[in-house]
Amino acid sequence: MDIFANLALGFGVALTPFNLLMCLIGVILGTLIGVLPGVGPVATIAMLLPITFNLNPIAALIMLAGIYYGAQYGGSTTAILVNLPGEASSVVTCLDGYQMARQGRAGPALATAALGSFFAGCVATLIVAMFAPPLAEVALKFGPAEYFSLMVLGLVAAVVLAHGSLLKAIAMVILGLLLGLIGTDVNSGVLRFAFGISELADGIGFVTVAMGMFGLAEIIANLEQKGEREVFTKKVTHLWPRKEDWKRIWAPILRGTFLGSALGILPGGGALLASFGAYTLEKKVSKYAHEFGKGAIEGVAAPESANNAGAQTSFIPLLTLGIPSNAVMALMIGAMMIQGIAPGPQVMTERPQLFWGMIASMWVGNLMLVVLNLPLIGMWIKLLTVPYRILYPSILVFMSIGVFSLSNNPFDVLLMGIFGLLGYVCVKLACEPAPMILGFILGPLMEENLRRAMLLSRGDPMTFVQKPISAGFIIASVILLVIIALPALRKKREEVFVEET
Amino acid sequence: MKIKGPKEFWAGLMFIAFGLFFLAWALANYQMGSAVRMGPAYFPSVLGGLLAVLGAFVLIDAFVEEGPKVSRFHFRPLIMILLGCLAFAYTLKPLGLVGATALLVFIGAFGGNEFKLKEVAILYFVLVIFSVLVFVKGLTLPFSIWPAFME
Repeated sequence: MDIFANLALGFGVALTPFNLLMCLIGVILGTLIGVLPGVGPVATIAMLLPITFNLNPIAALIMLAGIYYGAQYGGSTTAILVNLPGEASSVVTCLDGYQMARQGRAGPALATAALGSFFAGCVATLIVAMFAPPLAEVALKFGPAEYFSLMVLGLVAAVVLAHGSLLKAIAMVILGLLLGLIGTDVNSGVLRFAFGISELADGIGFVTVAMGMFGLAEIIANLEQKGEREVFTKKVTHLWPRKEDWKRIWAPILRGTFLGSALGILPGGGALLASFGAYTLEKKVSKYAHEFGKGAIEGVAAPESANNAGAQTSFIPLLTLGIPSNAVMALMIGAMMIQGIAPGPQVMTERPQLFWGMIASMWVGNLMLVVLNLPLIGMWIKLLTVPYRILYPSILVFMSIGVFSLSNNPFDVLLMGIFGLLGYVCVKLACEPAPMILGFILGPLMEENLRRAMLLSRGDPMTFVQKPISAGFIIASVILLVIIALPALRKKREEVFVEET
Repeated sequence: MKIKGPKEFWAGLMFIAFGLFFLAWALANYQMGSAVRMGPAYFPSVLGGLLAVLGAFVLIDAFVEEGPKVSRFHFRPLIMILLGCLAFAYTLKPLGLVGATALLVFIGAFGGNEFKLKEVAILYFVLVIFSVLVFVKGLTLPFSIWPAFME
């Protein structure tokens, strides 16, 4: 089988001492920042992105992937111990994990989360290795029309999964697309929306946008809230799950892993949908359904496995199509572009070492997480007790240094401030920033493909529905939008998201 | 007419403003081109128009459906955080990492709920030493450490 030869190549790359070290640093840093309350994975990755600039592309991506898993794992630790989800996908972990912690069973909850995630990570890595190459093959045949329609589908799917108002989410996507167009137009060389500011010639850096919208806005919004949180630090004793726990968690872990892997591949999917789906499924099939919400260990095992599986399989659309399925993947695309790699199906054939090295490092990263985190849990817990008034100035310093170092120019920090302000306004008006970031990354790509498609079809927009694959994407997008706009489902969707917040 | 959903109301206005701005600016300054050969104004003006229309729908929603109020803007953290970042960025060259970080940490900390001078001072020293070691020595970022007048 080719897969094994390819994976062997990948492990050859991932297991070099230097790359192992980068993976380790990534995982540790990711967990370190991710465990800090009020800092989600997007902000974590954005914050740590500048430290990867000096690395070679493979090492940089391996480190970033490590940061991502670490951040996600750190997020579930805060969810269990402080009832404070670092990100949307660990919201469901709060429900039962925190209850377990209150009953003095924080240890088994944390161990279950770690082991479930590890198992899911192993399976998902295999799935990525199996499905990415054939998909990339298909994607190589895509023309501009197919790409444009695919991006439409991706954005529509992202909108459907956003919280709250559908209209506002679509509007945020379009705002993101527009902001992405700022800078020099590649076709005509015209400087667009630069207002005479020379720094805008290359467009707005997406790190700047992400740090402003997610990092700064989060800090400002967090500072509004007063009051102490209850942290269960002393009660973390028996880490290892009991025998009856094992009996209860293996099936949910399996179900969570497979559901999560499947949902992660969908555009717009990823960890969030995966963990919600898994929790809902478990609640339906479990013998212990009555315990859910009161500290059922299944309620931790299933969504934690699912969100890790989903987090990994969401690399499939990124690696094969070059289309990000969520805000984290958008950051990864940005990181690839900074490294001079054009994301897309050609990455696999042109740079097999990068492609397979990254896949192999996913597994290595997951192993490191388990090996590191269970013994180090005491240290992470200590971090949780650091008060926010100490944390946020530190975060500010790292963000400012990071953004300044992008081009050694204070202007980028000014831009970050502007996006921080915009982000805070969006928080106040209940507009989700994640769809905007996706739009922002896809803006130039979409325009480029639209132009090419229209040039090829001599200005006939019917080209998007005449080509079968493109038509399929468009039809899927329309169906998604119609379904979600139906009153009954709209209500259901709102309920789901209300339950979450 | 009564505004039932203030969040929708303001969000709608924001989208309309952004949409019209991009539309008008693109039309006024760049070439439209044709559907076959799209000019630099084509895509942004279509998107701008779309955004304004969506904004209008959001705005209409504000008069139809009940929604929560916009919670109070907390200007102190907002202003202090933004001010701190700007102070850092624009003084990094003249004042070096040591000076600029001081401004950021102290101004930023002033935006929080409590401000304990001693605690912030200790935090500042730790952060400066860490930043110098990691960013200047470790990652070799081209920042000066001390203020220009001291070197």
